[in-house]
Amino acid sequence: MHDKTLTQLAAALQKSELSSRELTAHYLQRIEKADATLNSFISVTTEQALTQADAADQARARGKTNLLNGIPLALKDIFCTQGIKTSCGSKMLDNFVAPYNATVVEKLNEAGGITLGKTNMDEFAMGSSNENSHYGPVKNPWDLSAVPGGSSGGSAAAVAAGLTPAAFGTDTGGSIRQPASFCGITGLKPTYGRVSRYGIIAYASSLDQAGPMARTAEDCAHLLNVIAGHDARDSTSVARVVPDYAEALNAPLSGLKIGLPVEYFGDGLDPDVEKAVREAVKVYESLGASVREVSLPHTHYAIPAYYVIAPAEASSNLSRYDGVRFGHRCENPEDLIDLYKRSRDEGFGNEVKRRILIGTHTLSEGFFDAYYKKAQQVRRLIRQDFLNAFKDVDVLMGPASPTTAFELGAKKDPVSMYLQDIYTIAVNLAGIPGISVPAGFVGNRPVGLQILGTHFAEAQLLNVAHQFQQATDWHQKRPAFAEETA
Amino acid sequence: MALEETHVRRAAHLARLAISDDQASRFVDDLSQILDMVDQLQRIDTDGVAPLAHPLDATQRLRADEVTETNQRDTFQRCAPVVEDGLYLVPRVVE
Amino acid sequence: MQWETVIGLEVHVQLATKSKIFSGASTAFGAEPNSQACAVDLGMPGVLPVLNEQAVAMAVQFGLAVHAEIPEVSVFDRKNYFYPDLPKGYQTSQMYHPIVGPGEVEITLDDDTVKHVRIHHAHLEEDAGKSLHEDYHGMTGIDLNRAGTPLLEIVSEPDMRSAKEAAAYLKAIHSIVTYLGISDGNMAEGSMRCDVNVSVRPVGQAEYGTRAEIKNVNSFRFVERAIAFEVERQIELIEDGSNVVQETRLFDPERDETRSMRTKEEANDYRYFPCPDLLPVVLDQAYVDHLREALPELPADKRERFQSELGLSAYDANVLSASRSMAEFFEEVKDVCGDAKQAANWVQGEFSGALNRENLSIEQSPINARQLGELISRVMDETINGKAAKEVFQALWNNQGKSADEVIEAKGLKQVTDTGAIEAMIDEVIADSPAQVAQYCDAEPEKRGKMIGYFVGQVMKASRGTANPQQVNKLLKEKLDAKL
Repeated sequence: MHDKTLTQLAAALQKSELSSRELTAHYLQRIEKADATLNSFISVTTEQALTQADAADQARARGKTNLLNGIPLALKDIFCTQGIKTSCGSKMLDNFVAPYNATVVEKLNEAGGITLGKTNMDEFAMGSSNENSHYGPVKNPWDLSAVPGGSSGGSAAAVAAGLTPAAFGTDTGGSIRQPASFCGITGLKPTYGRVSRYGIIAYASSLDQAGPMARTAEDCAHLLNVIAGHDARDSTSVARVVPDYAEALNAPLSGLKIGLPVEYFGDGLDPDVEKAVREAVKVYESLGASVREVSLPHTHYAIPAYYVIAPAEASSNLSRYDGVRFGHRCENPEDLIDLYKRSRDEGFGNEVKRRILIGTHTLSEGFFDAYYKKAQQVRRLIRQDFLNAFKDVDVLMGPASPTTAFELGAKKDPVSMYLQDIYTIAVNLAGIPGISVPAGFVGNRPVGLQILGTHFAEAQLLNVAHQFQQATDWHQKRPAFAEETA
Repeated sequence: MALEETHVRRAAHLARLAISDDQASRFVDDLSQILDMVDQLQRIDTDGVAPLAHPLDATQRLRADEVTETNQRDTFQRCAPVVEDGLYLVPRVVE
Repeated sequence: MQWETVIGLEVHVQLATKSKIFSGASTAFGAEPNSQACAVDLGMPGVLPVLNEQAVAMAVQFGLAVHAEIPEVSVFDRKNYFYPDLPKGYQTSQMYHPIVGPGEVEITLDDDTVKHVRIHHAHLEEDAGKSLHEDYHGMTGIDLNRAGTPLLEIVSEPDMRSAKEAAAYLKAIHSIVTYLGISDGNMAEGSMRCDVNVSVRPVGQAEYGTRAEIKNVNSFRFVERAIAFEVERQIELIEDGSNVVQETRLFDPERDETRSMRTKEEANDYRYFPCPDLLPVVLDQAYVDHLREALPELPADKRERFQSELGLSAYDANVLSASRSMAEFFEEVKDVCGDAKQAANWVQGEFSGALNRENLSIEQSPINARQLGELISRVMDETINGKAAKEVFQALWNNQGKSADEVIEAKGLKQVTDTGAIEAMIDEVIADSPAQVAQYCDAEPEKRGKMIGYFVGQVMKASRGTANPQQVNKLLKEKLDAKL
């Protein structure tokens, strides 16, 4: 069962070849067997999942035909789930049972989706390896000595290992695309504002966006259909018609204009990763697309700009964790300052503290113009680079990450970790959508092809990704670990 | 712009983070590295470029002035560390 | 040395919206602690703000009322600091692009001169919660019901030169916001709060002295007292050879003094930056024009009209336009009785006196404008005399009749103007008072005028107050003088 895509499982449910209860129980059993090794879940909601599955089966019997009805799913532990612990990977929220659902969760519930559990992640979504979780690192099912990427590492590993047909992640600087690439799955970061951020614990509010992670672009299209759309509770969500993302999947690619940003094929890119990506581009040429080089001249300023803007927003977003209304509170505070300082010192891990400190420093008096204002100006230049490129080409292609998954514990200093996101981070600054699709291997570790489109071009990205998956079988490869768990 | 330990200590105080002397020197190293990387920004001429706060050029939508929330105090205070008589308690605040 | 006082005010006005500025929780005053604090107000993880359209409309109305520029784009920023009554660790406010630009307020001073105070800007922000300092095992309790209530912070230029001017300015702002109906202006409940910036400088010096900011001065009276104390303190400091420190001070109304709040001050750095959860607010011209057309007549315009059209004195015009309810009451009384001066006298005299005595607002008055207007009409057409009018007023106030006419009828207060009837009463009084008549006749002619009072009193008493006093006077004098 777990070999099938979400779309295939939906068809099987539709034809009553199996029940949602059987399907859900199967995945719960796989999680039970495999997750002691992988550590991809923080919470597994067995009872609730089975109750939801029974309800979905009954709804189907009464005539409910939603594609997602009865399909098991996993949620990154950043989505607030009513009555279920929502930790955001942090000791700070280890005791936090959310009193409400994120809008994404509401929409999934209405569609009849089953929540298997909450997946592991870098604390407050800050990281590129999932090693910053209070709940320990997640292992990459392709190679247990490698990281799954981050921050949505638990979601990526769980999908790759066949512990769930699909999962949801969030992407602030590459946190869906990079782990999707490291784990050999398909992951989409929609346009900023396409999916409601309500109930998603904020890291950097002007960059955060939720999206689907699954085996195929087709699966992602069905999932995006459910979660996209305007939400009156999120001022930054966009009131714009949501197309049927599954409808255009089969449009032919003849005449498609692909741009290869020269800056995405420069120093620091692993030659084997480059080879795999260039091979993938050749597949597109064989499908009738034309390819040309383009330039995104400010690419190298994306990481510096991001590490001002994201920490600045984070430093403010994370001030609410003060030990007063929810979350960790230190024992016997002497006074108010002691309550704040010790609760936050004990509740936050080092990477979170680093980013709070950087953000606080760069916003403070005497530094604001040189850092924050400058970074916002550079942000405009970066967005303009993309808008200029999309005047000439339909989509951009390149690697999702300069290397394949690296060893657990390999990146000791923060900056070398930050440089991992060189190809993904500018996308968030510009607010455009991006997708990572499996495009080969280096040794036993997957390579991800990243495809970028202009604002609200999700349907086109999914079409372009789907056509690649019709012509290749990289997305069908399974790690040995997944089979051993069978 | 070189980062001094006083900067880190000031930021830690503003952000209400307790940091030990050990941690302070480690944060000075880490943060210096990060800021060195960030300082590349100074190489770009941004004269006349308007700062961009949001990736889309959208404007704020307004909510009708209606009371839509009900009293959920008990639910919300279930995840609160210390409450009494419906109040959140903190160490004595001296005005 | 001669000193000049320089004052600027920051007035926080709670806007009278039903729901909060960024959430759908109620803003009603006095609810159970934390029963009106929703997830957004509590700063729970993942929740987001959405701006209340009424808060925006009210801010713009204020801006239009003070002839301010309304910028097309305004932006919300975060002001970052930790305090238990500030749940998110930042206050959403407007630092760089406020919703209301520079404007101007007209104030009227005690000597009826008019002065203009410039408004630097006004911006929208969210209110904080409250700390309750009753002892909870040595802890402080936090109630976040007020958190998220919309505030308009109105920042003046340092244009005021005395405590009286500052109080007049505060009254002018109060009257504008209550006229507009954008705030109840209730200072006791904290709907209007005021921070005062005060400095002194030698008369003739161009640059400003170092200022102190006095926080939370929450009544018109306290504004004057706090400034008076602070000015004296600053002058004393300088004359003793030391310096005024730029700091925040708290006014203590019980001790009538201001004192330093240095403990709370400690190295604040608010790290303002644009709130990424809210987008720029864009107001198009049509929207602003629509609000402009819907503005009510404002106090300054009313004051002007009361003088130029109704011929009231500057003083009367000022008093009667001070609040919208007072002005509306007065205008209705005037329309009913048809005489602005009589209406002004009655509304400021008998009516305001009665309200003050019983500590009632105009809305709570037991007598309405129509009743008072009709009463005045009866005085003007001489149906009753002034003394009876007061009795009718009292009866209406005590709800002893529905209209002046009903009371006049029931109590028989109709004025007696029939000469024959009055003469009969006079003859009777003269007959009953031989001793007084004799005294009158013996007195020096210039003292007789005064002595006639006794007889008038007796005749009025005999008529139970209904005789026309002018007629009584005239006829008495004729009859007594005939006895000489």
